[in-house]
Amino acid sequence: MSMEASMSSSTAQPDTVMTESNQPNMVEVAKRQRFQDIVFHRLTQTFSLLVLLALTGIIASLFINAWPAFQKFGIHFIWRVEWDIVNEEFGAAISIVGTLASAGIAMLIAVPLAFGIAVFLTETCPTWLRRPLGTAIELLAAVPSIIYGMFGLFVFAPLFADYLQVPLQKILGGMPLVGFLFGGSTNGMGILAAGIVLAFMVLPFIAAVMRDVFEVTPPILRESAYGLGCTTWEVIRNVVLPYTQKGVIGGIMLGLGRALGETMAVTFVIGNANRMPTSLFSPGTSIASTLANEFGEAADFHISTLFALAFLLFVITFVVLAMAKLLINRTEKAKGI
Amino acid sequence: MLTNFNQQLYARRRRANSQGLFLSMCAMALGLAVLLWILFVLFSNGLAALDWNLLTKDTPAPGSEGGGLRNAIVGSLMMVGLSVLVSTPVGILAGVYLTEYGDQSKTAGLTRFVTDIMLSAPSIVLGLFVYAIAVATFGRFSGYAGSLALSLIAIPVVMRTTENMLRLVPGSLREAAFALGAPRWKVSTLVTLRAAKSGVITGLLLALARISGETAPLLFTALNNQFYSTDMSKPMANLPVVIFQFAMSPYENWIRLAWGGALLVTMAVLVLNILARVFFREKVSA
Repeated sequence: MSMEASMSSSTAQPDTVMTESNQPNMVEVAKRQRFQDIVFHRLTQTFSLLVLLALTGIIASLFINAWPAFQKFGIHFIWRVEWDIVNEEFGAAISIVGTLASAGIAMLIAVPLAFGIAVFLTETCPTWLRRPLGTAIELLAAVPSIIYGMFGLFVFAPLFADYLQVPLQKILGGMPLVGFLFGGSTNGMGILAAGIVLAFMVLPFIAAVMRDVFEVTPPILRESAYGLGCTTWEVIRNVVLPYTQKGVIGGIMLGLGRALGETMAVTFVIGNANRMPTSLFSPGTSIASTLANEFGEAADFHISTLFALAFLLFVITFVVLAMAKLLINRTEKAKGI
Repeated sequence: MLTNFNQQLYARRRRANSQGLFLSMCAMALGLAVLLWILFVLFSNGLAALDWNLLTKDTPAPGSEGGGLRNAIVGSLMMVGLSVLVSTPVGILAGVYLTEYGDQSKTAGLTRFVTDIMLSAPSIVLGLFVYAIAVATFGRFSGYAGSLALSLIAIPVVMRTTENMLRLVPGSLREAAFALGAPRWKVSTLVTLRAAKSGVITGLLLALARISGETAPLLFTALNNQFYSTDMSKPMANLPVVIFQFAMSPYENWIRLAWGGALLVTMAVLVLNILARVFFREKVSA
């Protein structure tokens, strides 16, 4: 407020030199401007608070709509292995396992690849190629998720069945301990296929964050490591990676948050079966794909269980994304050193 | 003896280095290959479906031949258009608030944090939220509900890019305006916002691209409509949901149309993204 006060006096002064009669007018102007500023402040504030309102609205409305389901099953809803629409016996375990398994597989594949891409873009890539290649990776992030789904269903799944599932089952299916992971039908759909499609969907997000935090490393640190005779790989492993650790983990969790909540890419290839998956090839369902498949035809109590699933999904992704954001913010604050 | 050991160590380090860098190059190549593969598949399947009927005929009944996507294209354009109209002022003003007053208040910091999370929140949950507040309350699916769901996704995108772009405006510009006696609202709207214009447009284009391809939030809000309709208070056809429904169907004609629609949507999204980048580059070079 002091700024406005000083402003009004500075605007008034030249006028006093010119004409005495204008002075009360300038006070009027200053008053009006001050009023306009307050209106402007409140107006913009209202719009930005809409976001907070939306968040609380989402949590509240999901919870209220899910209440009948939580009331009936209590906290056990989370680990009940049952999804019987006819007898109204519901539990979230099958969907939660499908969600976590597909997102977990996606992370196992996407994280090393994203790390490789970020290393290439920041270290090895010739400068003139950095921009086009970075843009290409960002465009991969822009491709709508339904396209990944269609690609997974029509192109990837048939190839995956013939060239990966069949040989894997032949080689590893008979092995003790891990054999069960590769059992079941080999039609290309299932948890593993969904995980792989998801991996390529979240890959660009993780790669972009990693590249950005790698660039935050002060050149002095990097150069002194090179000066000591480190190879590029050693600089990355022993200087850049420890320095940007938090940001890298943040980027991974950002990708995880995306993978957990993704609907379309998963729904097309996960198989959509409400059974507990027994192997990597067996069809399953994720929370998001259960919602996409069943919500349209659901009624009464079924709807409220689906809201309960949505509530769980929102809480899980919210926690993951919040942690991601905190870690990334912390790394970027360290930029100033 | 010692030199021998050193040479071995040196060779090992060099090997690790070249292996690591080679693998990182492979990762990059794989990422690019997937992008090209997806584009190739899209074009080879989509171009086969691309003809005049796609734009002039409505979605066909199950099992019938011919038809196009006119109603879905019009529905998508209307819903995306409306949600851009809504989210542009809201997003820009909220972004202005975060830059102008965001450093002083804790609520603004919290808002910024929540906005960042909403950027990646599961879109199907947003769809369910809109279902609960709009569809269930008014008793019917509608184009307006679809627009609302899309706006919820677009607003955080516009907000955050606006804020980031406003922060790039040099402080001296603002100070000069203040020194001339301009009130704060004039400084933000006529000086900083104008200086950051191309950056803000970048944000709008990115938001537009993002919502053009969103399917999940429309499934239970706009639903779908087999017929041509421009009435936004009724269920509305839209490209993503039509693609979803048609791609999952057993009918060959529907699958062909789904590829045509997929090509249209992806091209629109990629062109918008590239446009956004061109705009931003102009700003940086200027």
